[in-house]
Amino acid sequence: MIDTLMLSRMQFGLNISFHILFPMITIALCWFLLYFKIRYLSSGDEVWQRAYRFWVKVFALSFALGVVSGITMSFQFGTNWPGYMATVGNIAGPLLGYEVLTAFFLEATFLGVMLFGTGRVSPGLHTLATAMVALGTTVSAFWILSLNSWMHTPAGYNMTADGALPTDWFAVVFNPSLPYRLGHTLLASGLTAAFLIAGLSAYRLLHGDTKHAPRLALRTALFAAAVLAPLQVLMGDLHGLNTLEHQPQKVAAMEGLWETRTHAPLLLFAWPDEETRENRLEVAIPALASVILKHSPAGEVQGLNDFPGNHPPVAPVFFGFRLMVGMGVLMLAVAWFGSLRLLRQRELPAWVLRTLIGMTFAGWVASLAGWYVTEIGRQPWLVWGLLKTREAVTDVPLGSVATSFTLYAVLYAGLLASYVHVLFRMARQAVDVEEYDAADVVLEANNTRLSGRKA
Amino acid sequence: MMEPDTLVMAFVGLMALAVLVYTLLDGYDLGVGMLLPAGDDPEVAEQRDTMIASIGPFWDANETWLVLAVGLLLIAFPDAYNLILRELYLPATLMLTGLILRGVSFDFRAKVAPARKRLWDYLFQFGSGLAAFMQGYMLGHYVVGLDSSPLNEAFAILSGCCVMAAYGYIGGAWLVMKTEGTLQRRAARWARYCGVLTGLGVLAVCIVNPLVNPGVYARWFSLPGAILVLQIPVLSLLLFVINHQALARIPFPDDHSCWLPFACAAGIFFLCFQALGYSFYPYAIPGRMTFMEAASAPESLRFILVGAVAVVPVILGYTAFSYRVFWGKARELRYY
Repeated sequence: MIDTLMLSRMQFGLNISFHILFPMITIALCWFLLYFKIRYLSSGDEVWQRAYRFWVKVFALSFALGVVSGITMSFQFGTNWPGYMATVGNIAGPLLGYEVLTAFFLEATFLGVMLFGTGRVSPGLHTLATAMVALGTTVSAFWILSLNSWMHTPAGYNMTADGALPTDWFAVVFNPSLPYRLGHTLLASGLTAAFLIAGLSAYRLLHGDTKHAPRLALRTALFAAAVLAPLQVLMGDLHGLNTLEHQPQKVAAMEGLWETRTHAPLLLFAWPDEETRENRLEVAIPALASVILKHSPAGEVQGLNDFPGNHPPVAPVFFGFRLMVGMGVLMLAVAWFGSLRLLRQRELPAWVLRTLIGMTFAGWVASLAGWYVTEIGRQPWLVWGLLKTREAVTDVPLGSVATSFTLYAVLYAGLLASYVHVLFRMARQAVDVEEYDAADVVLEANNTRLSGRKA
Repeated sequence: MMEPDTLVMAFVGLMALAVLVYTLLDGYDLGVGMLLPAGDDPEVAEQRDTMIASIGPFWDANETWLVLAVGLLLIAFPDAYNLILRELYLPATLMLTGLILRGVSFDFRAKVAPARKRLWDYLFQFGSGLAAFMQGYMLGHYVVGLDSSPLNEAFAILSGCCVMAAYGYIGGAWLVMKTEGTLQRRAARWARYCGVLTGLGVLAVCIVNPLVNPGVYARWFSLPGAILVLQIPVLSLLLFVINHQALARIPFPDDHSCWLPFACAAGIFFLCFQALGYSFYPYAIPGRMTFMEAASAPESLRFILVGAVAVVPVILGYTAFSYRVFWGKARELRYY
């Protein structure tokens, strides 16, 4: 049924889904840029500078989209979820405030110097500006994930008639799920950026780019992914165990487990039916879920029926989890296969390049799927055990929310299409544009004029 | 340990700083966006490029002051935040749409096919204008206590137009400072027009505001406050006249004092902001809710104040650094 609650949830989901696409790229892409920059400074090899120059343009565009969609988020709490600030404002407010103070200004101010400051500041200072932006994006991730983790595993507070009051800020900030969620998200960002770099570089190579810079970027990205992917498997496992401890019903939904039991199977596929409270079309590996979650086949795993009226909708969590894990395994396999080929033969065959192009946005798919698992998995709670989503919603008329939702949906669809289109266009242009030596560029017109005539 | 009312005062001060800095900084870049000239010949296209280059390195940090202001409202005065955003739901949404269009157009216009570039310029201009108008419109509704009668609606629309003109004014003054040649002369002309419109708008608001707000009337026209308050319009008028004369003489010999129009415009912004503050303090929402009533728990305010006191000077420091790096006339922007 469509009411203000449902539409507000859809709008928040739409806003945050659109927003998170860009930080997932920029958080890690900036560290890649810093790496290119430092390699250039230490080796003097201009190919690193060329790699930097192409990817800094992708970074600028992604960053701009992240900034503007992020501003929308800071208004959403008030426009659609007044109960949120009314109940946990004394916790959420300061965490958001620290994000603005310690991260947003840092990244936004140094971004200007990073993008346009060469020729005006020394190379060392320019590298420092790049480092400050990278630091800013990562610190920003820390604060926002601290707040998000607190909503899953609240700690360090007292519940009073005026809402949650902080008693121990250290416990609030470093709440029990923060380390796992932060690690999991940062690694996801690394993989997202790595597959974006690999995908667009592969696209350039397949379109006849003979230059060295895209090959170097492709190698760097694939090797990074080959290291990050197994770390992510490990981190995901730890995160899952943490969730099992604090939110067992979310894990039950992820596993599609209705009844509490030992020797719980791992479902490769099933169709969870909430009406009959059972699965159809199960394809299962016996006892594996018990082994993964309890490290023993005889381990008892709690089922959904232990939480009547207090567990999330099962199907989206169940399928989201499988999509995330599936993408993760695929990324691991491709990263390792590609890296081994590169180590042995130095060039990738066309079909691997095509696979990489197809996986340009694999990180987005996995990140969004994972995000839906954890956020839908928190329902019916907005703040676990403290505040239900439906208690926090606005009383703004349905028509207003429908108007704003439509506006955002149309805008975001247009922007997303433009973004993807422009990325591939930039890659195609880079194939033809001769990459001049760093010293020549100041003299020649091979720069990104705002007129957009050159790439 | 600070007393709760000192704490609240500190946050009122911080928020006032954030709002004032935001209107000055994003004011000029939204203004530049609105002023983008139409026309397809290469000279005009180059003027558009230069104008956008003059704000390119700054707009992102400028916009962060809005996030800080909204953030402080949300942190320190959550009840006011909830009430304002509920009452102004659609204008806030439209303002955000404007800011989104403006922000992304910077990058898209530089990267799309040349044929599409003009489209992104239009979106840039439209987004800047929409955001400016909605900010003024929301301000108009805010000063009448978020009460929407037809009269108040008209007042809010007037206020929206006034803010557009004011941003155009300071944007034109910014361009006088950051550009040269034909564009600088054009910018001076734009600033003069916008200045007159701003002046008329401010005058109209000054007449309407005490009439619709009895509380404001009492404050403005009773001694001894009236003597203090009267200085504000006198000083504003003085700055406005000086600036109007100065803008007519652009370019100055050797371009000396090219910063003067911007400084005058900033001074007028500051005075108007003071007048607003004087009219409504201690109300977080005029006539409905005081800052004290809207404030969060002292534990939370203390925690964030420690950080703010430590970090805001650093922010001001590296903001100054960034402006120094890009000091002087706007050059073509190159990504490296």
